[in-house]
Amino acid sequence: MNARKLIVGPFNRVEGDLEIKLDVEDGRVAAAYANAPLFRGFEQMMVGKAPEDALTITPRICGICSISQSAAASAALGAAAGVAPAPEGMRVAAILHAIENVCDHLTHFNLFFCADFARPAYAGRAWHARAVDRFTAMEGSGARACVEARAQILHIVGLLGGKWPHTLAIQPGGVTRAPTARDCVRMASTLASFRRYLETVVFGAPVESFAEIATADALVGWDKGDAGLFMDIAADLALGQMGAGPGRYMSFGAYPLPDGRAFASGLWEAGHLQPVDTRDIREDLSHAWMHGATAHPSDGRTDPDEDMSDPAYSWCKAPRLGGRTVETGAFARQVVDGHPAAVELAGRGSNALNRVAGRLLEVARTQLLLEQWVADIAPEARFMDSVTLPQTGDGEGLVEAARGALGHWIRIEDGRIAGYQIIAPTTWNFSPRDAAGTPGPVEAALEGAVVGDDEDTPLTVQHIVRSFDPCMVCTVH
Amino acid sequence: MNILWLQSAGCGGCTMSLLCAETPNVFDLLGSAGLSFLWHPALSEQSGGDVRALLGGVESGDIPLDILCVEGSILTGPKGTGRFQMLSGTGRSMMDWVQSLAPRAAHVVAVGTCATYGGVTSAGSNPAGAIGVQYDGNSPGGALPAAFRARSGLPVINVAGCPTHPDWVTETLMLLAAGRLAESDLDQLARPLFYAENLVHHACPKNEFYEYKASAEKLSQMGCMMEHLGCVGTQASGDCNIRGWNGGGSCTKAGYPCINCTAPEFEEPQHPFTQTPKFAGIPVGLPSDMPKAWFMALASLSKAATPKRVAENAVADRVEVAPSLKSGKS
Repeated sequence: MNARKLIVGPFNRVEGDLEIKLDVEDGRVAAAYANAPLFRGFEQMMVGKAPEDALTITPRICGICSISQSAAASAALGAAAGVAPAPEGMRVAAILHAIENVCDHLTHFNLFFCADFARPAYAGRAWHARAVDRFTAMEGSGARACVEARAQILHIVGLLGGKWPHTLAIQPGGVTRAPTARDCVRMASTLASFRRYLETVVFGAPVESFAEIATADALVGWDKGDAGLFMDIAADLALGQMGAGPGRYMSFGAYPLPDGRAFASGLWEAGHLQPVDTRDIREDLSHAWMHGATAHPSDGRTDPDEDMSDPAYSWCKAPRLGGRTVETGAFARQVVDGHPAAVELAGRGSNALNRVAGRLLEVARTQLLLEQWVADIAPEARFMDSVTLPQTGDGEGLVEAARGALGHWIRIEDGRIAGYQIIAPTTWNFSPRDAAGTPGPVEAALEGAVVGDDEDTPLTVQHIVRSFDPCMVCTVH
Repeated sequence: MNILWLQSAGCGGCTMSLLCAETPNVFDLLGSAGLSFLWHPALSEQSGGDVRALLGGVESGDIPLDILCVEGSILTGPKGTGRFQMLSGTGRSMMDWVQSLAPRAAHVVAVGTCATYGGVTSAGSNPAGAIGVQYDGNSPGGALPAAFRARSGLPVINVAGCPTHPDWVTETLMLLAAGRLAESDLDQLARPLFYAENLVHHACPKNEFYEYKASAEKLSQMGCMMEHLGCVGTQASGDCNIRGWNGGGSCTKAGYPCINCTAPEFEEPQHPFTQTPKFAGIPVGLPSDMPKAWFMALASLSKAATPKRVAENAVADRVEVAPSLKSGKS
């Protein structure tokens, strides 16, 4: 047997710090260990502060999921107060949040993920010249078009939320700025411009025709726009045959509105959908550099092991739902929401391609939602209700970040934060092993990945890891 | 000039903000000024072994380095080891890397308030021992000593902000590339004066409310947020309301207070961010350069003179009373 160990890092084009250790046997990954090598301690920082300070501090956990963190903090405070935001405030908050999520998906697709296909290692592939033209890091025409479209759609966040990232516009009672009719027509025009970008560059077809794809074959066989180029590449590189996760998909449900969440919540496994019961969440600390016992986040604590003792190998805790790993993200969200092509793909098995396809589907579907929400804004309505936070209480805030399920759990005592725990999407996806030795989702997904004898930073490993779109700054926080 | 960008302990939001640069886009903007990334953790193709080789080349001096950009605070913990952030794949702390690479660079630019002064990463009990590259909060001397000078002779240039405006970063880099940024172009906290010589108060849309001390009582109301809602725009360095963010927005335009995110120790205001601390009912913290007695006199006078329109709009979430029109000549 030919065995070697690899340490892959610095692992770039993921948000934040990631190190992957690999045991390679006979040209395949036999075991993988995901290390989140940065600890900042946000949960400790929060203790003793005024509860509303969570709205200023927690968005700064992450510069790419900032509004998601903001929305989760706001939801947790609202739950503690026992109130919902003003209905029109919910709609504006959903617009702010959805724009961040769409931007994150396109940043991932163009800047983080597809840049690998322009590598010289793929020279000679039928699609390589097109990939170089579109996806070359910082040079490709697709990369340029993406940053321009992204900067422009973020004008809506500038208008409603002042700036991106790190807005303080989303509050438990609603949003801080009431949009006018002028704002609404301006936002509609910005969305129309973004639609043109999606239709001419990303999908090469009307947004509806991509959003409404009905079958898995039609989705992976898409042949127009950069989405089509990706499907071409994915087929040739067999991205649909690598990177299998647990096949259990969890979503907390995205965009709470007065009549429910725009994308449903749930847990999907083998064709069966059931509600997510967050009481079944536990964070296992057996392989994290953390002191303390396995606990539910409402009762959890963060006490880093400064000696970084074995057998732990990451600052990331290991969340489990009912004792099991789950995968979260755009694909999970679309499966749970029942998108027919996503559900059919999920039924065929978990892989790297699905995760990217899920993001593309969601970009199209979210554009349609955004157009509707902006059209529905009633400028004469109230956008914020008065909320009094309790002196003592607790709250759970559940949202969907671009990368999946995000939860905040706050405990307030004597008007101050007594406990604050956060489980981010990548905490689920990139968790280390638990006490039973079960690897986290990405660790399991890497097992079996092909490693060339001359590779020290294997390309298949990079594709699989990046297919999850990890956000490592959120992971440990 | 080439740029090596390192992300130390922060949120990555300054890079995300940088990508919002417009007219032209960030890649064309930097390219047109002759700036290119030797490596950027979010944007470059190279990963893993290629990056380790590149970092080694810079450290040995084989690869000349023009600009080292550091985004994020430097973690000193636990116990002074810096091991709360290991640069993955290298077995060395980010603190060690920054200290080793900075002397190789012609210029060192700290991007964002974490990198400049410690920022939000140093909030609360500062669990990870976060400090800035050349400052620890207000105190000179961070991961690099106060006396440190890059090869060019400049101290670490502090592009503070949480996040940084994309233009603050690109214009600093373009000024460096053009040889047009001297130590005299920095303020006493080493921030570029081109944005730090303005106050967030300048061009704030709430200025008329400020003039009359017509105050918002709750978030979402249109009045000035200085008296009740924690706004410190009159003391905060930044051209946010002149320049505009993301197509023209700003914190105060969106109806929430300026928290002085370009300043050292903004993360610990000693009061809730959206509440103004008061002494005997009077807000503590006066506008920059304003004598207290004059401020009090003017405030009481202007409050008494507040037009009905301004008073009513201050506590409304939209314009309830429009300015009255001058009647024309009859």
